[in-house]
Amino acid sequence: MIFEVKNGFFGYKTKEILKDINFTLGDGEVMSILGSNGVGKTTLLKCMMGLLKWNKGESFIDGKNINEYKSREFWQKIAYVPQAKGAAFGYSAIDMVMLGRSAHLGTFSQPKAEDREAAEQAMEDMGITHLRNKLCTEMSGGELQMVLIARALTISPSMLVLDEPESNLDFKNQLIILETIRNLSNKRGISAIVNTHYPEHALKISDKALILNRDGSNIFGNAEEIINEDNMKKSFSVQVFIDTFRYMEMDYKSVVPLYLV
Amino acid sequence: MTKSKKKIPTAVLTVLLIVLPVAAAIVCLGIGRYSLSVGETINVLFSGITDNEVDPTGYTVIFNVRLPRIILAALVGAGLSCAGAAFQGLFSNPLATPDTLGVASGASFGAVLILLIGGGMIMVQFSALAFGLLSCFITYTMSRKNGKSSIVMIVLAGMVISAVFEALVSLLKYVADPEEELPVITYWLMGSMSRSTYDNLLMGAPFILIGTIVIFALRWRLNILSLNDDEASSLGMNIQVMRLIFIGASSMITASCVSMCGQVGWVGLLVPHIARMIGGNNNCSVIPISAGLGAFLMIIMDTFARSATAAEIPISILTAIIGAPVFIILLRKTGGSWT
Repeated sequence: MIFEVKNGFFGYKTKEILKDINFTLGDGEVMSILGSNGVGKTTLLKCMMGLLKWNKGESFIDGKNINEYKSREFWQKIAYVPQAKGAAFGYSAIDMVMLGRSAHLGTFSQPKAEDREAAEQAMEDMGITHLRNKLCTEMSGGELQMVLIARALTISPSMLVLDEPESNLDFKNQLIILETIRNLSNKRGISAIVNTHYPEHALKISDKALILNRDGSNIFGNAEEIINEDNMKKSFSVQVFIDTFRYMEMDYKSVVPLYLV
Repeated sequence: MTKSKKKIPTAVLTVLLIVLPVAAAIVCLGIGRYSLSVGETINVLFSGITDNEVDPTGYTVIFNVRLPRIILAALVGAGLSCAGAAFQGLFSNPLATPDTLGVASGASFGAVLILLIGGGMIMVQFSALAFGLLSCFITYTMSRKNGKSSIVMIVLAGMVISAVFEALVSLLKYVADPEEELPVITYWLMGSMSRSTYDNLLMGAPFILIGTIVIFALRWRLNILSLNDDEASSLGMNIQVMRLIFIGASSMITASCVSMCGQVGWVGLLVPHIARMIGGNNNCSVIPISAGLGAFLMIIMDTFARSATAAEIPISILTAIIGAPVFIILLRKTGGSWT
């Protein structure tokens, strides 16, 4: 599946937030959207999926405008993983994951055995079978995030859209989430668009990157090329040092923030 | 509760949910000033099929007096419980009740208006139903902006409409003749199942039945509606339409209940919570358990209301006096941990 945004503009009456957004994402590619807090990363996700309407510009799937897809059809291709926030009612993990089957089910139908199997499978893929009956209200942020990703997988989507999936998580959980995203792309060809404010994470998992600046401008390109010291300074107003090093025969990159500019 | 609680097997639960209200209905049919044993009751009930000789008084009491009343109680109990569960899910708020959107106040106003003018009971019921649905319609229209309505707007609009209709009811009470009209209005508002006849049922029951069936059929979707808007939309559901369907169904139930038996509080709040304690938060189980349990509890409460003392106890007083302490006991026992 090829996902494309052309000339996307969005703003509220007084303030323009997103200006001339353009990008294309191919099969199995991972794109990171980088930018400081409040720059419009979540807004961009919502606009490109049609949850908010572009003021100008369009989103396309395989060359066809997303508005021409039926809602059900669209949400079978794209799975949205929102920021993990607690719900009012504590559904068990398995019930929560099963909700992902919604777009595949008729309005009046209840989930059947095959939907339950799909849910169980997704939980197994995510390695969270042990959470099966735990209530979502009693989970840690990391656990809930994994459950929400599992829910997205039951959709069997072509693309995942994740809103800051690794923020508020500890080292280990961050790595788990990042590796999961990379694995899904490598092994199953599921592309992903990920919001993040960590340049290091963007470098680690993405093929493409879209950097949003405070002045509304943006830079799109290959992650390796555009996530550099100059662009980070422009976007975050922070001087960074990007270090490349080898550890146990593997290359790593780390982004060290030095000082404010 | 960190570990999953032991769940009652679905098959057992299903049987229980059908058997309990039916058993309660049969027992309660025999209770009252003219009392019959369970055997006699069953004998009378099926006399049309079996052609057994039965006592004509018993026949009249059961079929003309108690049966419509027990059907009404069961419908109101099941309906209000489902409507309450639906609103709690819809507004992701465990405190929502069937009259959160001002439907009950609207319906009360409709009824009081006709009581004051002096129309027949059928007219009262019709007016209550009409005003109940009207208030729901106004609420929903007020909350719409750019063709969409957010939950906060709906709830706020509901509070406003509710306050307006309550004020209007007070106004009508104020101008009512304190010797004759005011007591009638006051007693009507306290609620009672005693006005039930087959004619009343014929007009009100279909609304309750349809509303309950709609909620039952869509119960799994209710889980999705309780998530936030973007999340629910991203699961491929038209939340605006789905929300409207649930609001419509619940309002139909509530307006129709108020039109037949006045305001019956607490049931819509309490029963869904008990249902959650029994079967967990998944609305696939909350809705059926609420329906069965609501019908069961209402039949028992109404039987108590009509037979405990010589004079009838208004049902809303009973539901509050029994309901509130029971709720607190349950709440303290579980620490509210089912949510």
